[in-house]
Amino acid sequence: MIIELGHFALVLAFALSVVSAIVGFTFRGSSAQVTLFLRHAALLQFLLVGAAFAALVQAFVVSDFSLALAYQHSHSLQPLLYKVTSVWGNHEGSMLLWVLILVLFGAAVAAFGRPLPFDLLALVLAMQGLMVAAFAGFTLFTSNPFMRMVPAPFEGEDLNPVLQDIGLAIHPPLLYMGYVGFSICFSFAIAALISGRIDAAWARWVRPWTLISWTFLTLGIAMGSYWAYYELGWGGWWFWDPVENASFMPWLAGTALLHSAIVMEKRNALKIWTVFLAIITFSLSLLGTFLVRSGILTSVHTFASDPTRGMVILTMLGLFIGGAFTLFAMRANALRAGGLFHPLSREGALVLNNLFLATATGAVLVGTLYPLVLDALTGQAISVGAPFFDLTFSALMVPLLILLPFGPFLAWKRGDLVGIVQRLAGAAALALFCAILVAALSGASISLAPLGLLLGFWVMFGAIAELVEKARFGRLPIGQSFRRLFGLPRTAYSTTLAHFGMGVTVIGIVAASAWEMERVVAMNPGDTQTLAGYTIGFEGLTEEPGPNFAAEHGTFAITAPGGGTRQAIAERRVYVASGQPTTEAAIETYGFSQVYIQLGEVAANGSHVVRLWYKPYVTLIWLGCVLMALAGFISLSYRRMRVAAPTPSRRKTVPAE
Amino acid sequence: MRALLLAIILSLAVLSPAHAMLPDEVLPNPALEARARAISAELRCLVCQNQSIDDSDAPLARDLRIIVRERLLAGDTDTQVRDFVVARYGEFVLLRPVLAAHTIVLWIAAPLVLILGMAGVVLAARRRSAVLATTTIPSALTPEEEAALARLQERDR
Repeated sequence: MIIELGHFALVLAFALSVVSAIVGFTFRGSSAQVTLFLRHAALLQFLLVGAAFAALVQAFVVSDFSLALAYQHSHSLQPLLYKVTSVWGNHEGSMLLWVLILVLFGAAVAAFGRPLPFDLLALVLAMQGLMVAAFAGFTLFTSNPFMRMVPAPFEGEDLNPVLQDIGLAIHPPLLYMGYVGFSICFSFAIAALISGRIDAAWARWVRPWTLISWTFLTLGIAMGSYWAYYELGWGGWWFWDPVENASFMPWLAGTALLHSAIVMEKRNALKIWTVFLAIITFSLSLLGTFLVRSGILTSVHTFASDPTRGMVILTMLGLFIGGAFTLFAMRANALRAGGLFHPLSREGALVLNNLFLATATGAVLVGTLYPLVLDALTGQAISVGAPFFDLTFSALMVPLLILLPFGPFLAWKRGDLVGIVQRLAGAAALALFCAILVAALSGASISLAPLGLLLGFWVMFGAIAELVEKARFGRLPIGQSFRRLFGLPRTAYSTTLAHFGMGVTVIGIVAASAWEMERVVAMNPGDTQTLAGYTIGFEGLTEEPGPNFAAEHGTFAITAPGGGTRQAIAERRVYVASGQPTTEAAIETYGFSQVYIQLGEVAANGSHVVRLWYKPYVTLIWLGCVLMALAGFISLSYRRMRVAAPTPSRRKTVPAE
Repeated sequence: MRALLLAIILSLAVLSPAHAMLPDEVLPNPALEARARAISAELRCLVCQNQSIDDSDAPLARDLRIIVRERLLAGDTDTQVRDFVVARYGEFVLLRPVLAAHTIVLWIAAPLVLILGMAGVVLAARRRSAVLATTTIPSALTPEEEAALARLQERDR
C-alpha cells in the first residue's frame, strides 16, 4: 500500500510539473499571482517526490521483496545503512534520486527566490517544471522503481558487494547535488534569454547556485575518487574512465562559470559567454547522465540492442540542449555590451582562466566521445585511455596553474604586471625552496616531479601572498595589518583557500604519482617485508563472519621508520547471496602518506599473494579538494546573506578590491 | 556515477578479487621489468572496462603481461613489443591512440580549440574596443534600476 502511495505521489508530481511548465511559460509575465502559484507548485513537487522516495526507502528498509527493485538489489541480511543505500545503487532508484534533488533545488529557488523580479522567477520555475516533467516522466515510463512482483520472492538477490560501502551513502547524493544544481543556472540562463534581460543583478542571483553546485560536485568527485582508491584494491584514484569524465566535464565548465560570473557581477562584462557557460555546464551534466544511463559506454552495440532508455534520454538531451542553443543563437545578440578592460587586468586574467578551462573541458569531451563516434561511423575500435588524457590535460593545466597566482593580484580594468611580479617574487622563492627541499627528502630522481612540486607550491604560496598583500603586511604597522586581515570579507578568504587547495591537490598528485612504491610478494604468516623504510610483518589469518558475508582477516604489523608499530587488517570476503568475492585493503596513514596493503589470492604453494604500496602524500589529493569545497561553503555563508536577506546596515569592512 | 562504474567493472571482469600482477611474473632484471611495467600500463585489458593489463586481474591480462615480458626477454624494443600485441589484438589494445589519419582529429582537437579560442578572445576584444570608441552603448538598466543597484552595492561594502 505504501509503495502504491509513493507511486501515486510521483505521478502527481509529474502532473504538477507539467502544469507548472505550461502555466509558467504561458502566463509568466502576467501577474505576481502566477509566480506565487509556481512557487507553491515547486514546493509541492518537492513534498510529493520526497514522499515517493520515502516510500521506496521504507520498502527497502523492511525488505519488502514484492517490490521488484528491492528483490533485485537488496537482501534481508544487509546492514540497515546498505538497505537504505541500495535504493539508489541501481538505475531506477538513482533516477528517482536525480528527480528528488532536481525538485529540491526547484523548491529552494521557490523558497529563497522571493526577492527576485516575479517574471524572472516565473520563467526559472517554469523551466525547472519542464525538467522535472522530463525526468519524472522518464522515470515513470521507462525506469519505474515501483513495480511489484507476484508472487513475492522470499529473499532478495543482494546489492553488488562492491557497492556495500559507506561510499555509496555519500558519493551519489553529493555528485547529484552538483550535477543537478547546475540546472538552476541553466534555467536562469534560459530565463535571461527569453526575457532578453541580463545584467549584473542576474549574475548575482546565479552565482550562489553555481557556487553551491560546484562545491557539492567537488566533494562528490573527491569522494568518488577516494572510494575507488580504497575499494577497488589497487590504489588508483583517477582512471579517466568515461564515467569519471562525465562528472569531471561539468566540474571544469562549472569552475569556468564560477569565474566568469564574477566578471559579470563586478564589471558587467562577459555576459554572452557566461550565459553560454551556464548552458554548457548543465548540458554536460545531462550528457553525463546520458552516457552513464544509456549503457552506451560499455559498447555502442549494447546501446543498439536495448535502445528504449538510451533513445529517450538522447531525445531529452537533444531537446534541452538543442533548444537552449537555438534560443542562445537567436537571442544572444540582444545581450550586447559590457565593461571595457585592458587585456592585462583581472578581467583579462579571468578570460584566460576560462579559455584554458573551456579547452580542457573540450579535450576531455573529445577524448571521451571519440571512440564512440569513430566506432559508430567507421566500425574501427580504438581506445582513448589514461596516457592520452594525462598528456593532453596536463599540457593545458600547467600554463593555467602558472598563471593562477597572478590573477587575484591584477586590478580590475587595468593591471600593473611589474608591480605584481615584485609582490609575487617572495612566493616564487618560497615555492622554489620547498620544491627543492621536498624533492631532496623524497630522493628525487631526474624527472618532471620537482617541477610539478614547484607548480603546486607556487599556487599555494601565491594564494597566501594575496592575503598578505591585501592586509598590507610589511607596509603598514603589524597590528594594523592584522586588523585589516581580520576585516577582510569572507570572499577574500575563500578565494585564497580555494586556490591554496588547488595547489595542495597538485602536490598530492605529483608526489603520489612520482614516488609511489609497490611490491608484489608471496607471504606466509610470520614473513616480513620492507618497503620505503616501513617493515611489514604478516602475523596471521583468522576467519571472521560478517553480517552477509564470510571474511578472512589478514593481520599485518607495520613498523614505521621512526619506530612505533601498528596493526592493520586486510580482508578477503565472500558474499553469501551472490558468492562474489571482494577484498578490503588495509590502509594506514602516516602524516599525509599511506601504507596500503592488499591481501590477494592463495598461491599454489599455500602462500598468500600480498601487494604492498607506499603512497607518499597521497591524502593531499583529497585534502586539497576538501579545502576547495570548504572555500565554497565559506563564500556561500557570506553570499547567502547578501542574496537572500540583504541586511540594511553592516559593520565597516575593508574593501576587497 | 562511480557506483555504476564499480558495478560494471565487477560484472565484466572475471569475478575474483582485484590483484593484478603475481609475484612469479616479475622479471629478475629490474631494468627490463621497469620497461615491462611501463608498456603494460599503456595496454588495455580487453575483457575489462577501461583497465590496463598492469591493473587487471583477468587471466587474459596475465597472459598479455607474460607475452610482453617474453618479447622483452627475446630482445624486442618497446615499439616492437607494442606492434606485436597490436598485430594480434588490434589497435583497441592501445590506451594511447596512435597518431594516424583516423585519430588526427582526436589529437589536434585540444590545440585547435585553444588556438581558435585565443583568436576569438583577441577578435572580440578588438571589436569591442572599436565599437566602444565610436559609439556609446545604452545601458541595459533604466536609471532607476542603476540607482537601486548602486544602493545595493553600497550596502554590501
